[in-house]
Amino acid sequence: MELVSLGIKSIFIDNMIFAYFLGMCSFLAVSKKVSTAIGLGAAVVFVLTITVPVNWLLQEYILKEGALTWLGADFAGVSLEFLQFIMFIAIIAGIVQLVEMIIEKFSPSLYGSLGIFLPLIAVNCAILGSSLFMVQRDYALSEAAVYGFGSGIGWMLAIVALAAIREKLKYSNVPDGLKGLGITMLITGLMGIAFKSFIGIAL
Amino acid sequence: MKFLRDALDKVKPHFEKGGKWEKFYYLYEAHETFLFAPNHTTRSTGAQIKDAIDMKRLMMTVIIALLPCLLFGIYNVGYQHFIALGQPEASFGDMILVGAIQVLPVVVVSYAVGLGVEFIFSVVRQHPVNEGFLVTGMLIPLVLPPDIPLWQVALATVFAVIIAKEAFGGTGMNVLNVALTARAFLYFAYPSQISGDVWTYIGESSQAVDGFTGATPLAIGAQIVENGEGFVQSLNQYGQGWADGIFSFSNMFFGFMPGCIGETSTLMCLVGAVILAITGVGSWKVMVSVFGGAYAMGWLLNLLAVNEYMAMPAHYHLVIGGLAFGAVYMATDPVTAAHTESGKWIYGLLIGMLTVVIRVFNPAYPEGIMLAILLMNVFAPLIDHYVVIANKKRRLQRATV
Repeated sequence: MELVSLGIKSIFIDNMIFAYFLGMCSFLAVSKKVSTAIGLGAAVVFVLTITVPVNWLLQEYILKEGALTWLGADFAGVSLEFLQFIMFIAIIAGIVQLVEMIIEKFSPSLYGSLGIFLPLIAVNCAILGSSLFMVQRDYALSEAAVYGFGSGIGWMLAIVALAAIREKLKYSNVPDGLKGLGITMLITGLMGIAFKSFIGIAL
Repeated sequence: MKFLRDALDKVKPHFEKGGKWEKFYYLYEAHETFLFAPNHTTRSTGAQIKDAIDMKRLMMTVIIALLPCLLFGIYNVGYQHFIALGQPEASFGDMILVGAIQVLPVVVVSYAVGLGVEFIFSVVRQHPVNEGFLVTGMLIPLVLPPDIPLWQVALATVFAVIIAKEAFGGTGMNVLNVALTARAFLYFAYPSQISGDVWTYIGESSQAVDGFTGATPLAIGAQIVENGEGFVQSLNQYGQGWADGIFSFSNMFFGFMPGCIGETSTLMCLVGAVILAITGVGSWKVMVSVFGGAYAMGWLLNLLAVNEYMAMPAHYHLVIGGLAFGAVYMATDPVTAAHTESGKWIYGLLIGMLTVVIRVFNPAYPEGIMLAILLMNVFAPLIDHYVVIANKKRRLQRATV
């Protein structure tokens, strides 16, 4: 039950996009079509679901102060936390490479439409952000896995909704100066107002 | 009427191409089409559709449907004022007078500011003035508390018209409901004027009676989560001594309770709903499914109840707060709602369910209908997208090549 409420919380209440404004670059750039957005969203869900637990293991057994005691009692005082960012990024980059190979193998068309943004997931702040939130909030391994999955679903929901709006926007008459990114940012802000409906719910 | 026509014809040359006010043509055109049926005809190569309904008639129908709410709202603001002062014996005329003095300036400000922005945009961008604001300008006052400062009304109107509508190109192209955007803007920018003890107009120099707390049924609902008293019982106890039975079910259905100017009366909203549904301007599917979704969710929460608010009888959800007003006038907005027919059912159901969820579980917001509708406005294009895909799939299966 706790895990279910954590999942709901990470999808809606702590939504990566609308509560923390993380992962904006690909959110704004790859939201022109629903099908592409779903592809990128699925890739983000996949990467998050794997990286957050893996980073949890890393944090718990290598980085944290005293984590290295399994090597011997001498290491009890060693803390490698200063390596946290670089280690997390390395794990994320590795997993993204894996995803890239899988997508290229099974769906070349999606691979083509995601283009540069697929490798860019490696530096998507939503992904590093969830790993860091996971450390900050002291999640257990199962919680970390659920949190990673939930954050990914929340991000995917946001980008797919934005993509559907942008597809509809083709029929709008947006002023020239606002075309493209300008109106997308306005929409993001307005969506943020709507998503405020969840902020404050205590689960 | 002839002198109007003459006056218009006299100034017309100035606005046409080559005239000295050529830039302001759309300003002229807006007034002309407002007063007289335009003489536009379809070119011989265009699509030939004959129908009496046009955008202006559509909008006027909504305004007619809104009138019961406005008139009742004016009366109710005065009525609540005198009840709170402990003078329920005040005459009908006095109540109307007090209500009108409070409400009409808000309506005037909303229209004046909103139409001003519309005119500026139509001149700068050279497009016809959007009739859509006729409805928005009426909706904005009706979803605000009676003693809202007028400058805030103006600010919210400007924000909503520019950011939520004109940035997208005007009527028919927006994503979020314009009136609700105005309200949400005020709600997040100036929370103290639009939440808490603002739902009854008391007046500067007057003193409310003993026992008056300015509570609404929704606020009482939030309280009972804390103190564990029964919902119906708390409602019936409220107002003892100065307004007995103010929160009885029938009283709330008729709308004699504090709240936003136009939202209190479920009955008046239903009158509007009948007008909208019969003329086909508002979708009855959305209205039915919002009410249905709210009732179903309320009933589901009854089954799982762990606190008194969850255990409150589901039909109370339909009459307290602004659910009826939102369901009838806001959710049915043909631009921001789902466009597909089966999409409308999903859209409405989710609005109703979300409203109850926000009311009961989110202590930050006593009322949920505003944010529920805005959220579903965001997801409406996605719902449509999938309904269309599902439809394609279904029809492809039937096809034989």
